Amino acid sequence: MSKTKRIFIKGNEAISRGALAAGCTCYFGYPITPQNDIPEFLSTKMATVNGEFVQAESEVAAANMLLGAAAGGVRAMTTSSSPGVSLMQEAISYMAGSELPGVIVNVNRGGPGLGDIGSSQGDYFQSTRGGGHGDYRTLVLAPGTCQEAYDMMIEAFDLAFKYRNPVLVLADAIVGQMKEPVTPWEPKAADNHGAEDWCIDGAQGREKRLLKSLFLEDGALAGQNRNLQSKYEAMQAEARADVFECDDADLVVVAFGSIGRIVKSTVRRLRSEGKKVGLVRPLTLYPFPSEVLRDLAKQGKRFLTIEQNCGQMVDDVRLSVRGIADSEFHGHMPGDLPGSDDFIAPIIKHLED
Amino acid sequence: MARVEFREERCKGCMLCSTVCPKKIICQSSRFNQQGYKVAEVKAEDMENCTGCTSCALICPDLVIKVYREEKKEK
Amino acid sequence: MSEKLVFDAPEIMIDRPTHYCPGCHHGVAHRLVGEVLTEMGLVDDTLCVGSIGCSVFIYNYLDVDAVEAPHGRAPAVATGLKRAHKDKFVFTYQGDGDLASIGLAEIVHAANRGEKISVVFVNNTVYGMTGGQMAPTTLVGQKSTTCPDGRCADEHGQAIRMSEIIGGLGGTAYCERVSLDSVKNIRRAKKALRKAFEMQINGTGFGFVEMLSACPTNWKMDPVSANTRITEEMIPYFPLGVFKDVTKDGEE
Repeated sequence: MSKTKRIFIKGNEAISRGALAAGCTCYFGYPITPQNDIPEFLSTKMATVNGEFVQAESEVAAANMLLGAAAGGVRAMTTSSSPGVSLMQEAISYMAGSELPGVIVNVNRGGPGLGDIGSSQGDYFQSTRGGGHGDYRTLVLAPGTCQEAYDMMIEAFDLAFKYRNPVLVLADAIVGQMKEPVTPWEPKAADNHGAEDWCIDGAQGREKRLLKSLFLEDGALAGQNRNLQSKYEAMQAEARADVFECDDADLVVVAFGSIGRIVKSTVRRLRSEGKKVGLVRPLTLYPFPSEVLRDLAKQGKRFLTIEQNCGQMVDDVRLSVRGIADSEFHGHMPGDLPGSDDFIAPIIKHLED
Repeated sequence: MARVEFREERCKGCMLCSTVCPKKIICQSSRFNQQGYKVAEVKAEDMENCTGCTSCALICPDLVIKVYREEKKEK
Repeated sequence: MSEKLVFDAPEIMIDRPTHYCPGCHHGVAHRLVGEVLTEMGLVDDTLCVGSIGCSVFIYNYLDVDAVEAPHGRAPAVATGLKRAHKDKFVFTYQGDGDLASIGLAEIVHAANRGEKISVVFVNNTVYGMTGGQMAPTTLVGQKSTTCPDGRCADEHGQAIRMSEIIGGLGGTAYCERVSLDSVKNIRRAKKALRKAFEMQINGTGFGFVEMLSACPTNWKMDPVSANTRITEEMIPYFPLGVFKDVTKDGEE
C-alpha cells in the first residue's frame, strides 16, 4: 500500500474516497440526509475513474441497480440513511440469496419512521439480523472515525468479493458529518476472488450462467440455506474489535461506532482518575467479536453496554458471555447528541455497583 | 411438396395451429402424449395438401412443429 | 426429391417442454426473442434479466446468461448490469403485474433515463402465476379472482396502457405494441423486437415492445377462444402500433 498526505475531510467524503480507492466503478444512490455528501461527491468523481454514477428513482431502484452491477461481477455500491436502507432490504435479501457481492453504506439517522436527521444506532438489529426476509446475514463494519470510514470501505469491497455476499458499512450521522484528518492510501490491485468465474458477462466460449435465489426443486432451498449457513460460519473469522485498557479492568464497557469513540474519551478520563474501566469497541458487528468478550468474561470482568438506541447490541454482548457473565445497559436516546461527560455517571454507577 | 412434422411429446393440444392452417388439414388426434395432452396431427392422406407456409409453426407456443419444403430447382 | 427444413426451433432455445399452460403465448414470445437474438448474432453477448411471474423460468428456455430480479425491479437490475457491461446486450422480460403495477417506477425511470436496454413486456391482463388476480391491465368487466364480478372502473380504475406512457417519455427510442394472436401479428412482433434491439446495439436508447398475449387458464377459456379474445377485446382497447421511433423523420 502507498500512503499519501493527510487531508481534512468529512466522514461522508472519507467513505466516498475509500470506495474509489477500493476500485468501486458503479455508484447508485438516492438523496437522503445525512449522507448526501456521498452522492454529491461521487456524481463528478465516478467519471474520473471511468465509472458510472446513477441517481436512482428510489432506494428500491438503487439497491436493485447494485444487484445488477454485482451480477456483472464489478465493484459497486449504494449509500443511504435509515429510512432509505429499509427500502433496500428486498434487494439485499435477493443479493444474499443469489450470493452477489456489493457494498451498502448506512449513515444511520434517528428512527423509527421519519425520526430525525441526527445520529442514532437504532439500525443495529436491522443491520446485523439480515434486515430483510429469509435466513441470511450481511457482514457489518462499524467505523467510529473518518479514517476508519475510509479504511473500512476498502475492507468492505474485499470482504464482499471474498464471501460473495453483501457488506454493510454501518456509519452514523456523527461519523458522516464530522471532519477529521484522514490519510488516504491506495490498496494493492483489487482482488475480486475469481468473480470472472461466476459473474454474467456473456456466454462467450463457455456454458451459460444463471444467478438466482429461487430454488423450487425438492431439497434445493434447504441445500442453498445450508450452503449459506456454512459461509456465515466461515465469516466468523473476520470478527474484530478495538480492545482498550481491558487487562486490569473491573468493568468493560462495550460500545460501537461513534459512540464507542466517545466512550473511549470517557474511559481515558476515568483511567486518569484511577478507575479500573476498559472498553471493547466492536469493529465488525456481524460477525460479532464474541470470543473477545467471552475471554474477558472468563477473567471475571463485568460488562456495561452503551449504545445510542434503546438496547440492541446488548443482546449480542449477553449472548457472547452467556453462562459466565451478564451485561448492564445504558441507552442514550436517539435524537440527543451525547458528549463524553454523559457517560461518566452510568459508568461510575456500574463500576461501583 | 411440403410437409410438417409434429414433435408430439411437446404438444399441449392447444390447437392454435389448426386455426391458422390455410388448408385446414390439422386436427386433434385421439392419442395422448406423456404430458397427458391429445396431440395435434395431420393425417397422412392430408399431408399432400400442405403448402409449407409455416403458419402453424409460427403460432405454436411449444416449438412442436418443423416444416419442410421441397428444394426449388435451379433455373 | 430433396427437401429443406424451413422452420425449426432456434438453437438458442433449450430443448425441453415449457411449464406454460396450453395456449399460453409466453412460448411464442420466448421463441421470437430467441430468433431475433440468433439472427442478430447476439446470443453470446446477451444478459437476460428475468422477472417475477410465470416467466421467471425464462432462464430454463433461453440459453443465455441470466439473473433473476425481484418483482418489478428488472429495469433497475438491467440498469446496473448494463452500466457494468456497456458492450453487452441487456434485456428484461416482464409481465404486466410485474411491469405495470409493482415495477411502474422502475420501468418509467429506466425509459426516461434512456437506459440502453431492451424491454419485452408480455401483457395478458392478469396475474398468471399467483392464480388469476386482477392486474393493472385487466379490462373493465373482465372477471378475475380478486374482482369476481368483473373489473369495475369506479372502484378499480381502468386498465393501464403502458405503451402510451412509455412512448411519451423522452428517453424512449422505440416503443411498439404488438399482438401474438395471428400469424401476421406474430411476424410484426418479431420485426418490432428487432427494431427495439437494434436501438440498444446502435446506442440510440431505450427499446420497449409490448406483446398482447393470452392466458387461457386464468381467463377460464380454451386456448382458441382466448386467442380470439385478444383480437376482439384486447386490441380495441390496447391499439397496436408504434408509439415512438426516434429514427423516423418528423419525430423526436
